[in-house]
Amino acid sequence: MKNQRNGLVYSAPITLWLTLLFVAPTLIVIIYSFLKKGIYGGVEWIFSIDGYNFFKSSYFLKVVWNTVEISVVVTFLTVLIAIPVALYIATSKYKNFLLFLIIIPFWTNFLIRIYSWISLLGNNGLLNNLLIKFGLEPHQFIYNKFAVILVSIYAYLPYAILPLYSAIEKFDFAIIDAARDLGASKMKAYMKTFLPNIKPGIITATLFTFIPALGSYAIPKLVGGNDSQMLGNVIARELTITRDWPKAAAISTILTIITVIFIIVLSKYDKDHKGGKV
Amino acid sequence: MYFDVSIDTFKIYIVRSGIMKQGNIKIDSISKSFDGVEVLKNISFEIKGGEFFSILGGSGCGKTTLLRMIAGFIEADKGAIYLGKKDITHLSPNKRDVNTIFQTYALFPHLTIYENIAFPLRLKKVKEAEIDREVKKYLELVKLSEHANKYSSQLSGGQKQRVAIARALINKPKVLLLDEPLSALDAKLRQHMLIELDNIHEEVGITFVFVTHDQQEALSVSDRIAVMKDGEVLQIGTPNEIYESPANAYVADFIGETNFIEGEVVEVEENFAYLESTSYGRIKFELDKEVMVGQYVKLTIRPEKVKVTKSKPRYLDDNDNIFKGKVEEMIYSGFQSKFFVTVGNQLFSAFKQHVDFFEEDAETIHWKDEVYIIWDSADSFLLEVI
Repeated sequence: MKNQRNGLVYSAPITLWLTLLFVAPTLIVIIYSFLKKGIYGGVEWIFSIDGYNFFKSSYFLKVVWNTVEISVVVTFLTVLIAIPVALYIATSKYKNFLLFLIIIPFWTNFLIRIYSWISLLGNNGLLNNLLIKFGLEPHQFIYNKFAVILVSIYAYLPYAILPLYSAIEKFDFAIIDAARDLGASKMKAYMKTFLPNIKPGIITATLFTFIPALGSYAIPKLVGGNDSQMLGNVIARELTITRDWPKAAAISTILTIITVIFIIVLSKYDKDHKGGKV
Repeated sequence: MYFDVSIDTFKIYIVRSGIMKQGNIKIDSISKSFDGVEVLKNISFEIKGGEFFSILGGSGCGKTTLLRMIAGFIEADKGAIYLGKKDITHLSPNKRDVNTIFQTYALFPHLTIYENIAFPLRLKKVKEAEIDREVKKYLELVKLSEHANKYSSQLSGGQKQRVAIARALINKPKVLLLDEPLSALDAKLRQHMLIELDNIHEEVGITFVFVTHDQQEALSVSDRIAVMKDGEVLQIGTPNEIYESPANAYVADFIGETNFIEGEVVEVEENFAYLESTSYGRIKFELDKEVMVGQYVKLTIRPEKVKVTKSKPRYLDDNDNIFKGKVEEMIYSGFQSKFFVTVGNQLFSAFKQHVDFFEEDAETIHWKDEVYIIWDSADSFLLEVI
């Protein structure tokens, strides 16, 4: 019993921290979503489910679909690119230097890095200037879904590479040799032994990409177009322009629910993985 | 111990299933360099089908490179490797009739023991019922049936080793390669596994190629041993040949402990000769090679063949060499004592078994005692003419 009490004491700071800065704000958002809209923004303390009436709007459903579609595509491509990159880094002689290169972009502000993509992809950007120079037709690269996906992959790649790297670094490559020795081709050996054994890394990389992608705001705002508005943009608009706080809170709640469902599904998948070095 | 039981089961199984495939390996002028460093220098030798062949050497001698080359993980710069009559030099590992026991076992951590052993059969798309029958047989053989649904992280070192053996043998290879398979086990278990490996080899009848740095392991189980150093094979022979007639001073020193004596040949008889050494004086030795008076030679004499006594024994004959010295150091290790005796300015080692056969054996020898060291001139071995 004494030990249990000690545990409570030791966990108090983190419990307080999480309650104040995570549980409480989330609860406030959920509560606001069930209140009545104030006339000049804000809320009136009257229960209402008007915040959730956006479900009737086809525009909103399209945005939900956009958000999920873009996030899934981005996550899939990001992890697909990150695995070979992380494998290369983990087995390279220069792994410290290569890891350093992965970290360098974090030295520059996120927004500035997105703006630099505008100057690359923009209508008067580097890419189009090059096309014109070679006598080709300029192309609309930016303000569409393609640009959002491309820049998102760029932005989230380091978050996917790092957990994959740490999983691969722990992997015993003699296992690949063993699989090949026992009759597997190189490709099969990687599919049957490498991938299952770095599964925890793949799951973490997926979470680290999918969750921020779902909540994207800046990327679709800066390089997206009408076809690629995401929930984050709608929330911001409801909050700052329409000033419908309950609606913004309701959409945030929906976004949170999508995220939680995703985490539950993935962690269940992770638990199925009983092997590995415990 | 239950080891014996599993071997009996094995015998019956092997006879019934008839997996008496044999594979002889021919290594033909193999060379290999890594980053400009030559790790294998034009090596050629043959391993007979069904042989328990050890490749013995210190770290960096190229033994593991050679093994990985036979397995197919490393490609030779020059030369060829044949398995039977087939040139396998450029075959990928999955296309060779060769399986490996890895140093770290390399079991698949995401699969159960059952699935680990089933892995090679699943790759071959063998029918489910047959897989089940085979895997259960091999699980039974290595006495791991009750652990079938565990993961490798839940097994002890010895059990992991057994899984690795079952997994490698289920493919029915012609050759089993063993890459220091015992190095991760503790000393007692190592002994057991060594005996078991030897028995499995006997029953399966396929070629075993065993790479080790441990001369005791190699001596105790091998039919033949290749001693390697710096990418070259120094000697190939039976354990007895390697121990009793080492090719050179390195082999003599690497395989067990030994004493070296250098000196000038002063007299040659029909089967014996005499040398004059600065620290010992005149020494009689048997002629293993031809020498001439005036040549400088190097002899080796194993410490267990040297007798240490406090009083001069009465049964000496003129074939014995006898010298007086002082005990500099003694190490008691239960079944024997090791004495390091200074003769002149040389340190001479002699091992004494604790049996009181002759009356002088009963004498207790103490540190700093004056002692006689005696050996029969036929027991030394003439290594080389310097």
